[in-house]
Amino acid sequence: MSVLVDRDTKVLVQGMGKTGRFHTDKAIAYGTNMVGAVHPSRAGQIEVFEGETDHSGVQGRSDTYRIELPIFRTVAEAVAATGANASVVYVPPPFAADAIMEAADAGVPLIVTVTEGIPVADMVRAKRYLEGKDVRLVGPNCPGVITPRQCKIGIMPGYIHEPGRIGVVSRSGTLTYEAVHQLTLNGLGQTTAIGIGGDPVNGTNFVDALRAFNEDPATEGVLMIGEIGGTAEEDAAEWITANMTKPVAGFIAGTTAPPGKRMGHAGAIISGGKGTAAAKIAALEGAGVVMAPTPTDMGAAMMEAMSR
Amino acid sequence: MKIHEYQAKALMADRGIAVPRGRVATTVDEAVAAVRPLVEATGNPVVVVKSQIHAGGRGKGRFKEHPEVGGVNVVLDGLNGGIEAAEARVRELAGQMLGSTLVTVQTGEEGKQVNRLYIEQGIDIATELYLSVLLDRATSRNIVMASTEGGTEIEVVAAETPEKILKEEIDPAFGLLPFQARRIAYALGLEGDALKNGVKFLTALSKAAVELDTDLVEINPLVVTTDGDVMALDGKMAFEANALYRHPDVAELRDVTEEDAAELEAKQYDLSFIKLDGDIGCMVNGAGLAMATMDTIKTVGGEPANFLDVGGGAEKEQIAAAFKIITKDPNVKGIFVNIFGGIMRCDVIAAGVIAAVEEVGLDVPLVVRLEGTNFELGKQMLDESGLDLVSASDMKDGAEKILELTR
Repeated sequence: MSVLVDRDTKVLVQGMGKTGRFHTDKAIAYGTNMVGAVHPSRAGQIEVFEGETDHSGVQGRSDTYRIELPIFRTVAEAVAATGANASVVYVPPPFAADAIMEAADAGVPLIVTVTEGIPVADMVRAKRYLEGKDVRLVGPNCPGVITPRQCKIGIMPGYIHEPGRIGVVSRSGTLTYEAVHQLTLNGLGQTTAIGIGGDPVNGTNFVDALRAFNEDPATEGVLMIGEIGGTAEEDAAEWITANMTKPVAGFIAGTTAPPGKRMGHAGAIISGGKGTAAAKIAALEGAGVVMAPTPTDMGAAMMEAMSR
Repeated sequence: MKIHEYQAKALMADRGIAVPRGRVATTVDEAVAAVRPLVEATGNPVVVVKSQIHAGGRGKGRFKEHPEVGGVNVVLDGLNGGIEAAEARVRELAGQMLGSTLVTVQTGEEGKQVNRLYIEQGIDIATELYLSVLLDRATSRNIVMASTEGGTEIEVVAAETPEKILKEEIDPAFGLLPFQARRIAYALGLEGDALKNGVKFLTALSKAAVELDTDLVEINPLVVTTDGDVMALDGKMAFEANALYRHPDVAELRDVTEEDAAELEAKQYDLSFIKLDGDIGCMVNGAGLAMATMDTIKTVGGEPANFLDVGGGAEKEQIAAAFKIITKDPNVKGIFVNIFGGIMRCDVIAAGVIAAVEEVGLDVPLVVRLEGTNFELGKQMLDESGLDLVSASDMKDGAEKILELTR
């Protein structure tokens, strides 16, 4: 078991530019079931992918692959033709919110948005548009979602992942890799790793991910990685106290970040004294989360949480 | 992106938001020349001379060179002495303020050089209020925040008298609705002409904030005049960087002299860099990992000299540029390169570091931790380059090693 994605996930790509093509190729090599692409001006064409299979992904495949991906004009046409039940958005920032809304309109239940740099106002509108629709948005500005050896949607390196017992949810890309790597080395492995992204306005938040992992029978514990800015970690702490039945470990980045400065991520900013690492760490510790003092200790913190 | 008060007020005036009349001056003569037209147009002999820097707390700020002079000065000399007396006082003030260093609570001890003044009409204030438009991350919507406690920092109001802050959510599909604007105006105690003007102000301001893609619009104080006008006595606007592409007129308002030179240089190479006060330089891929690297340096007892995220898709040239920006800082006593390769390949990082050292040399210790995609190749390249560096097995090990080498 896993959350959000598994071997039955059929994925569409929105945005088949250089980046979209590069990561689609990696996903296919991993064994993700990519079924089509959407590009307004290239509809009717076929995008060919061929190369060497990434055997760290889906097992039991031949050593090479060749996939012909059909390109459609609209998401709705692509869904009708392929039965896609997930979409990954690589569309450039000015057009990305529109791509998200188009996917939602077409009824795609999972929309993973990798694009970094989408204007906040566009995301405010997109989230308003998604209200009341049965759609899960992950991201934007995130590495994506992966269920090891089943389905990889996004830009994370597949080979560091190993199937296992821990759900990972994170606002940071490389810190997720760091965490996943440690969980692979210490044998805990991952059920699913979800990057929720570093933007101030995003789709899936910590609470959504925690709830999903709490309900997933295969997930035995959760590792959550937060950072300064906003109150998503505090909200998560409150939810954990009230609802979580599984052990949680965590790390918060940005203890040394100066106030008023955006630390790379658009959402990583301490403003008006709000969103400090200290407040988040205190809230999570209060909820019984085992906090790693440094990222190097994330795997060990998870081990400790599991043994309590 | 921040802009100056006078620029924010010009943008507001263009959008029907009431602001006092004023003129910007970069020389003493321009400052003096601004006085007569202002006094003649308004009939008020009082003018205000305001320092234009990208930092708050100007009113209570003091100049290093002239401790008796504040960052904002109300010139009353015209009340008895006429325009000539006002002009003489403005000449004296402008001479002291222009080119001098203003220290406020937000500038830090080093202060900021004042290169521009804003000469504004005097206003007969009846009430001072507070108004802002900003993103509420919890609801993913913009909100209008208002308070009767004008002139006080909103953080202080929030901490001491949170009941005095009211909020109205702006639905992106509808904008601020008229009844919401009225609700704020009533709560602010506005009546008669002030009520009408306040509603107009609120409506125009919330519309402008959305149209201009602002991060923050803050009017503190918003004033009600003795005539019932509602005006932005101060005006702060910051813009969302990701949306600047659709506001070329706003992008032109950037004042690079207000920004850190190293941060600007980093931006040219698409690097995310923030200068800090410590002595251990760090180069990292990914914002979260870069923050966590700073934290880890601090945890083991060191002080980071910077935040530097080279991003996910940096090329060799960007890595080299990043390395050079770090080594340029005279405070840097050692460098910690911490990479978890995903899309970013460790061999690209290694090639960039080698190229930078070949070009500019390296006279401080270097610790490198490579993990993830192509880490073996990266390590091999660094080994074969003959570079004098220390390898680290993980992030904490790297932080400890660089600390040891710099102490």
